[in-house]
Formats: sequence, C-alpha cells, structure tokens
Amino acid sequence: MSPERRATLALALLAAGVALAMLAFMTLGVKGSWAFVLQFRGMKLLGLILVAHAVAVSTVLFQTVTANRILTPSIMGFDALFVLSSTLLVAVLGSTALASVDARALFAAKLALMTCCSMALYRWLFLGEEQSLHRLLLTGVVFGIFLRTLAEFVQRLLDPNEFMVLSDMLFASFTGINPVLMVFGWALVGAVTLWLGMNLARLDVIGLGRPVAVNLGIRWRRDVLAVLGIVSVLVSVSTALVGPVTFFGLLAASLARLAVGTSRHAVLLPAASLTAMLLLISGQTILERLFAFNTALGIVIEFFGGVVFLLLLLKGGRK
Amino acid sequence: MRLGLAFLLVVVLAGISLWVGVSGISLARLAGGDPRDWLILWESRVPRMLALVLSGAAMAIAGLLMQIVIRNRFVEPSTTGTVEAAGLGLLVMTLMAPGAPVIVKMAVGAVFALGGTGLFLMVLRRVPLRDQMMVPLIGIILTGVLHAVTTFIAYRADLMQTVLAWTQGDLSGVLRGRYELLWLGAAMAVIAWIAADRFTLAGLGKDMATSLGLAHGRVLALALVIVSGVTAVVVVTVGTIPFLGLIVPNLVSLAMGDNMRRAVPWVAVSGAGLVLVCDILGRILRAPYEIPVGTILGVIGSFTFLILILRRRRDVA
Repeated sequence: MSPERRATLALALLAAGVALAMLAFMTLGVKGSWAFVLQFRGMKLLGLILVAHAVAVSTVLFQTVTANRILTPSIMGFDALFVLSSTLLVAVLGSTALASVDARALFAAKLALMTCCSMALYRWLFLGEEQSLHRLLLTGVVFGIFLRTLAEFVQRLLDPNEFMVLSDMLFASFTGINPVLMVFGWALVGAVTLWLGMNLARLDVIGLGRPVAVNLGIRWRRDVLAVLGIVSVLVSVSTALVGPVTFFGLLAASLARLAVGTSRHAVLLPAASLTAMLLLISGQTILERLFAFNTALGIVIEFFGGVVFLLLLLKGGRK
Repeated sequence: MRLGLAFLLVVVLAGISLWVGVSGISLARLAGGDPRDWLILWESRVPRMLALVLSGAAMAIAGLLMQIVIRNRFVEPSTTGTVEAAGLGLLVMTLMAPGAPVIVKMAVGAVFALGGTGLFLMVLRRVPLRDQMMVPLIGIILTGVLHAVTTFIAYRADLMQTVLAWTQGDLSGVLRGRYELLWLGAAMAVIAWIAADRFTLAGLGKDMATSLGLAHGRVLALALVIVSGVTAVVVVTVGTIPFLGLIVPNLVSLAMGDNMRRAVPWVAVSGAGLVLVCDILGRILRAPYEIPVGTILGVIGSFTFLILILRRRRDVA
C-alpha cells in the first residue's frame, strides 16, 4: 500500500470511529425527554471535541518545533502552572468572591497569565543553548513538581470548603464544562486552526530541524516563537476548561503517528485531532454508560499515558 | 571535630523544637513539677522531636544508600516509586483490613515498597544507554503511573483525604505511642551504616563487586529491603518527606566526596537537622496553624533538585 493511500485510509477509519463514538455518546441509555438529553449531551460533546482538538494539535506542534516525539507542553510543567494559578486565585480571592466574578473575565485573565508564563518558560528552555533531551525533560518535570508543591503549600492554608471548590477545579473533569467559556474557546481555537491550515507547508519545513529549515528560508526564531505562542493559547484553553491532563496529548499524538506513519502536518494534525476525539468521546461514553461514574476519565488517561511515555523513553534509549 | 559541632547544632535545634508550639511551657513551671507542662513535654513535644530526628536521619540515609547501589545521584525513595508504592500498600490495607494493627499495615506497606522499587529496577534494566538524567526521569514517571492507580482507587472509595495524609509528611499528629515504629527505621539505618563498605563495593557494579568477593545479589537485596523498610515506616508514621534523601547526600558529597562510611554520619546529622529546621519553620510561619514539614521540604527540595540539574548543565557545557 502506498503511503498516501495508507494515510487516507487511516484518516477515513478514524473519522468513521469518531462518528460512531459520537453517535453512541448521544444516544445510548436515553431515558425521558429526547430534546433535553440531546441538548445536554450535545453541549458536553462540543466541549470534548474542543479539548481533544486543542490538546492534540498543541502536542504535535510542540513536538515539531522541539524535534522530538516525547516532549509535550503538559509534561514540561504547564499543568502545574495551571494548578498554581488556580490555587492562588482561590487563596487570594476566596471561593465566594470567585463565584461572583464573571466567568469570561476569569477565563481571559487565566488565559493571559498562562500564555505569558509558558512563553517565558519555552523561551528559556528552547531558544537558549542546546541541551540534551533527557536533561530538558528532567528539568521540565522537576520544575512541574516545584510548582505543584508550591500550590500544595498554599492549599494547606485554605479551609475545607475552599479546598472542595479548588479540587473541583483541578480534577480534570470532562463533564462540568462551563458553556459560556465554550463559545470563547471555540472562537480562539477556530482562529488558530485556520492559521495553521494556511501554514502547513511551513510547519513541515520547521519539522526538518533548525539547520535545514534555516537553509530553506525559515526565519527560525520568529516562526518558532509564533508556533509556541499558538501552543500556549491551545493549552490554556484546554486546561482552563477541564483542568490538567498530563499525558493525554502524548497518548493521542503517539497513536496518531502510529496510525498514519507520516510526519506531514496536513495528515498528522487531523489524525492526532481525530485520535484524541475518539479516545475522549469513547472513553467518556464507556465510563458513563458501563461504569456509571464519570469523573475519573482523567485518571485513567494518566495511567495509560504514563505507560506510553515510559515505553517511548525505553524505545528511545535502545536506539 | 566538625562532625561534633554539627551534632551539637542538631541538639540545639532539637532543644528549640521542644519549646515551639501552641501551648506554652516554661522551664520554671517544669522545675516546679507542674503536671500540665510535664504532660505536654512527655506526651507531645519529646515524641515529636524524636520522630523528626529519627525520620530525617533514616530517610536521608535511605536516599544515600539508594544512590550508591543504583549508581545514580538523582534517585531517592520518592523519585523511584518506592514511596508511592508504600502508600498504595497502606491504601490497600485500609480497604481490605482497616482494623489491622499499625505494624501489620507497615509490613504490607514495606512489601509494596519493595515491589515498587523492583518494578523500577526492572524498567531500568531495559535501558542499555544509562543517561544520568534518564534514570530519575523514568522513576518520576513511574511514580506518576503508580499515583494514578492510587488516586483511581482512592477516588472511587472516597479516601482522598486519607491518601493526602500519607502523601504529605505531617508531624502534628505525633504523640507518645504513635511514633515508636520509627526506632525500627533507625535500626535499619544503623545496619546500613555497619554494612556501608559492602554497599560501596556493590555500587562498583556486579562484575567488579563479584571479583572482589562480594555476594552482589544478596548485598543489593539487603540494600533494597532496608530502603523499603525505612520508607514504609516513615510513610505510615509521619507521611512522605520528599526529596530529603536526594538533596542531603548530594550536598554532603559536594562538601566531602563519596566515601559512604565517612558520609553516613554527616548525612544522618544533616538530614535530622534539615527536618528539624523545616518543622520549626512550619510551626512558627503561620502559628497557631501548622504547615506540614513535607510541604516545606517539597518546595525546598524540588528547588534544590532543579539547581542540581542545571548545575550539571553548566559543568558539561
């Protein structure tokens, strides 16, 4: 089978799988009013699609500019940044005050904060001196632990009620997505996706690595920073909506690479996005319908994503 | 001589630790035989101080031991899955046999800890290319995977608060009768000291150690049993004290090199001292509330760890 045919087939299969998962998600186990159920679940489905797309695309882009297949934004401590900023918000404002602030304003503030911090972090890590991948990974992971313990430090000072509010915010919850924020998120992610769609060839060239890309006329610093900025926005949207999910992006991107067997962004980006949707929607359906509890999907994903990460590390070591 | 001074410093810190707390006690009233002050001293302050010293010294030594036998500077029980596995064991015991005595729970925790460490070593064995940075990285990710398992079980059983008690080292609950297991941990640390030379040899690698007449496998097993035992004891009595076993041996070796027999007393004294300082800080920073010692050490420890990694970068470049 030619590579093109394989890619097309894989994309078609993934799309069919996602359609099937959506159908199952919307229609399984409906009791009572269809109109209500369809509206209620449709809202959730839109959230899942948005998060899946944002996480998958940001992971692939990040892997492109850092020229490796293990690093993801969340492994580099981004989720911890989110935990810390949410904790500080609850600690400073208090849960009652937070409830009265307009959700969109809060979202915009969080988004701006996280984008700024992550840009600074990425600049420091990737545009400085060259360094080994493992050291980079370890730095990111330990930095994440540092931020998380700082957050714990602040959490210890909260009273139990506020801690409850906070843990609701922090546990990756794919069911409690705020509908107001979703319009915001869709608009942002839509614009970013459009831009990416017009720059697919440029992304392919960046993926060749710095020396080759510069030789082919890429203005490295400017373009890489632009891509990292996009990554920040995407990750901010997904973390602000559902909380931290460390290994989900890695899981989706790795499976998508396996499925399509190419690094061309025109194929890889949609494939990763579809894979993430398939995982998220079918996972949520199974947890809700078969196991009758629905908050733990994040934990299940963390488990499998962690295992995949270890496997990738081991594979990389053997080369 | 310098060690004596360090020891004296720890004694002074321990003395301060006795006097810090919500209920004031005074020397004058103690001398007068005031029963309330004596009660606080014997039932709460002295046990707490002893628990700090014992767990600090034992965890620091466990970290050193692990670094020597795994031959990597950046490993310690909380970056190799050992602590997380011990917590999982305790969670399993809470679910299956909540009425079991603490010593049984601790023993099960130790078995799980040993299993977690074994899993880590098994994964490591599959990595032929031993990058210094790769080993702790694998350990931390493995810890994350184990953590996902623990969280999954705890979340379903509504035991998240209980798990938090083990994952955060906290000494506010230490009273007489609830810390004595730590002596067992200290005893294991002493064994590590006595057998220090063997462990140093084992750290040279299997071939070298065997040719020098050492039963490499058995010494390695002893080391791992000690590390797991110490970890389980500390986790069940005071909770996780993260990064202590990592930063203390590293700082000591920066100052005086890599001979384990010489380093052990320094590591023990510094470990105890650091934990005492963190606990005193935790008690006065937000008095009358307490910040757990594990949280303070987590912040200090991960920051120091970060510096150690970045320092290496400069060394190599």
